[in-house]
Amino acid sequence: MSKLLNVSASPHVRSTETTQSIMADVCIAMLPAAAFGVFQFGIHALLVLVVTVAACVLSEYLYELATKRAITIKDMSAVVTGLILALNMPADIPLWIPVLGGIFAIIVVKQLYGGIGQNFMNPALAGRCFLLISFAGKMSSFTLDGWSGATPLAQLKAGMPVDLAAMFLGKIPGTIGEVSVLALLAGAAYMVYRKVISLRIPVTYILTVAVFAFIFGKQDMNYVLAHICGGGLIFGAFFMATDYVTSPITPNGQIVFGVLLGVLTGLFRIFGGSAEGVSYAIIISNMMVPLIERYTMPKAFGKEGRQS
Amino acid sequence: MGLATFKGGVHPYEGKELSENKPIQVLMPKGEMVYPMSQHIGAPAKPLVKKGDKVLAGQKIGEAGGFISANVICSVSGTVKAVEPRRVASGAMVNSIIVENDGEYQTVEGLGADRDSSRLSKQEIRDIIKEAGIVGLGGAGFPTHVKLTPKNEEAIEYVLVNGAECEPYLTSDYRLMLEEPEKLVGGLKVILQLFDKAKGIIGIENNKPEAIKKLRELTKDEPRIEVCELLTKYPQGGERSLIYAVTGRKVNSSMLPADAGCVVDNVDTVISVYMAVCKSTPLMRRVVTVTGDAIANPQNFQVKTGINFQELVEAAGGFKTEPEKLIAGGPMMGMALFDLNIPVTKTNSALLCMTKDQVAANEPTACIRCGKCVEVCPSHIVPVMMMKAALKGDCEAFEKLNGMECVECGSCAFICPARRPLTQAFKEMRKTVAANRRKKA
Repeated sequence: MSKLLNVSASPHVRSTETTQSIMADVCIAMLPAAAFGVFQFGIHALLVLVVTVAACVLSEYLYELATKRAITIKDMSAVVTGLILALNMPADIPLWIPVLGGIFAIIVVKQLYGGIGQNFMNPALAGRCFLLISFAGKMSSFTLDGWSGATPLAQLKAGMPVDLAAMFLGKIPGTIGEVSVLALLAGAAYMVYRKVISLRIPVTYILTVAVFAFIFGKQDMNYVLAHICGGGLIFGAFFMATDYVTSPITPNGQIVFGVLLGVLTGLFRIFGGSAEGVSYAIIISNMMVPLIERYTMPKAFGKEGRQS
Repeated sequence: MGLATFKGGVHPYEGKELSENKPIQVLMPKGEMVYPMSQHIGAPAKPLVKKGDKVLAGQKIGEAGGFISANVICSVSGTVKAVEPRRVASGAMVNSIIVENDGEYQTVEGLGADRDSSRLSKQEIRDIIKEAGIVGLGGAGFPTHVKLTPKNEEAIEYVLVNGAECEPYLTSDYRLMLEEPEKLVGGLKVILQLFDKAKGIIGIENNKPEAIKKLRELTKDEPRIEVCELLTKYPQGGERSLIYAVTGRKVNSSMLPADAGCVVDNVDTVISVYMAVCKSTPLMRRVVTVTGDAIANPQNFQVKTGINFQELVEAAGGFKTEPEKLIAGGPMMGMALFDLNIPVTKTNSALLCMTKDQVAANEPTACIRCGKCVEVCPSHIVPVMMMKAALKGDCEAFEKLNGMECVECGSCAFICPARRPLTQAFKEMRKTVAANRRKKA
């Protein structure tokens, strides 16, 4: 043998899954919702998507270049952040707003805390909330087919009837990516199939919202279903609450996290001032993750019921 | 109904198709034979011969050096060339007896003689197993006679034969189950003779249907023996995973299988017991799978212990492509070799030759907290947090996180999408913690 052999500790094989392949899967899973958004809201929605993703990736690249760190844009996590942020935008938002949001998400929320894996809040959501606070008007005016209208949940809050079928398909005003439950579920199914996410967080989240709406809202199936389909709950539950970095790693912690999200969302929606509340519920719950993990450590095999 | 299994685990590429249909071939050694005095867990054996001595096949040349230790048996006849340290698979230099093989294979008197085990007492059986130098051939190398002498023999309710062979690429146990099933059942019967209240269960993964069929057929009239079909999942053949899958009992790091009423032995170990007790043949052979994408003709060989790995590679047609990594054992728990010039010992069951080293090809990146390591861990601990403790060298935190429950199966490092060297870090931490405990004691 002419060259030296490689030596390392076992295991000597690796699965085919990488950070990059997982992030790519998340992007693929968001495509149906993105495509629907572009189809419904028009070409400006596409522009928002492209510009936001570009802003995120470029921010990460330039920051890492400036701070002389390894360039990590290849892991595609910045693309995911950009896509989530863009899908959370109204379609006719002036482009500089999502650009600002992307820069904030990547630099302030992600990179300043140490880059991928270190941020304590979902960067895209923190970016969105930053924009919601700064540009409340522009961030929450939605138009559909030239009409500016209230979102279904705002209608619901005002005691008006909603069209559930339209909500399921997405024929409603809202952000680019949150409107079509059908498209979102198709993407979610792909992520579950590819084992990118487990169902623990989204299912407990959605169920808790349903139970909360049933108890504290109206004891009416249509009302409960409207809460599930509206206000970006499906988008938040499957694509944002499941963000690896900012959700618990312990299986029981994920259930607790889902319940907490559901209760907070229900509180904000039914007792709070705004009609939606998914984004705030998620970023607040993000901050509870270390605490949740601490109290939900799994019992080691063969040590159940014993003091560790 | 699901098949017997455990919670956690991974599904690596199996690679068994390379060699699973190759019948075991007997390979005779050509060069010098090397017998390390430490091929087992516990104290090294003491050499009984010196340079210039004549030795015979089946002769004890190393005497167990303590209670937890094992004899070493010469597998050829010839002359002792030297007693000196030699390199073994782990990379360490181990005191070894080097024998010049005269090629005549003269044996000690009585080798191979039939013996009726039913006329032997329990103590006689244990003594024979001890004399034969039998250790756990699954890889750990724990002396079998010690394992078969638990504190409370009445408490043993299960004798489990580990036929899971969950390590990818390995097919030696599979071939043995197909080609020597009578010996396996015979060996199990001998062990059951030691434990009056025990039931014998042979656990086999369901990717080996032929072996399951054959052994079910062979044991259908044996009231004390059963075959249990296991779900194919790594590490199904881990001792704790196997006990749980078959009996529903749980064993942790501070327990022995015997504490859960179980004795677990690997397929080749049980066959070795049969050979020693019923055929008066001590442990001097091993079935080794030589495989991998760098090997021209993957094979299962029956070899004499002490043979050089180089000879196995030659017998398998040499390398068809230049290997980047050679592994003694399977890809999940085997040891990487930096040299082929090492002897086959009792615990070697495979030589895996890979064209590409997947470890070097995957640089570690930052943890994304995906939690996949938590999902796959068969010990139900939290590798991602243990890694933080390990990186800080914080033994206390590592122990608090139940790091000592880690079985080093490699599932976490296998699944990690960020390619973090989790298992490697845990091995080091566990060694440090164990050493500190010994210091305190």
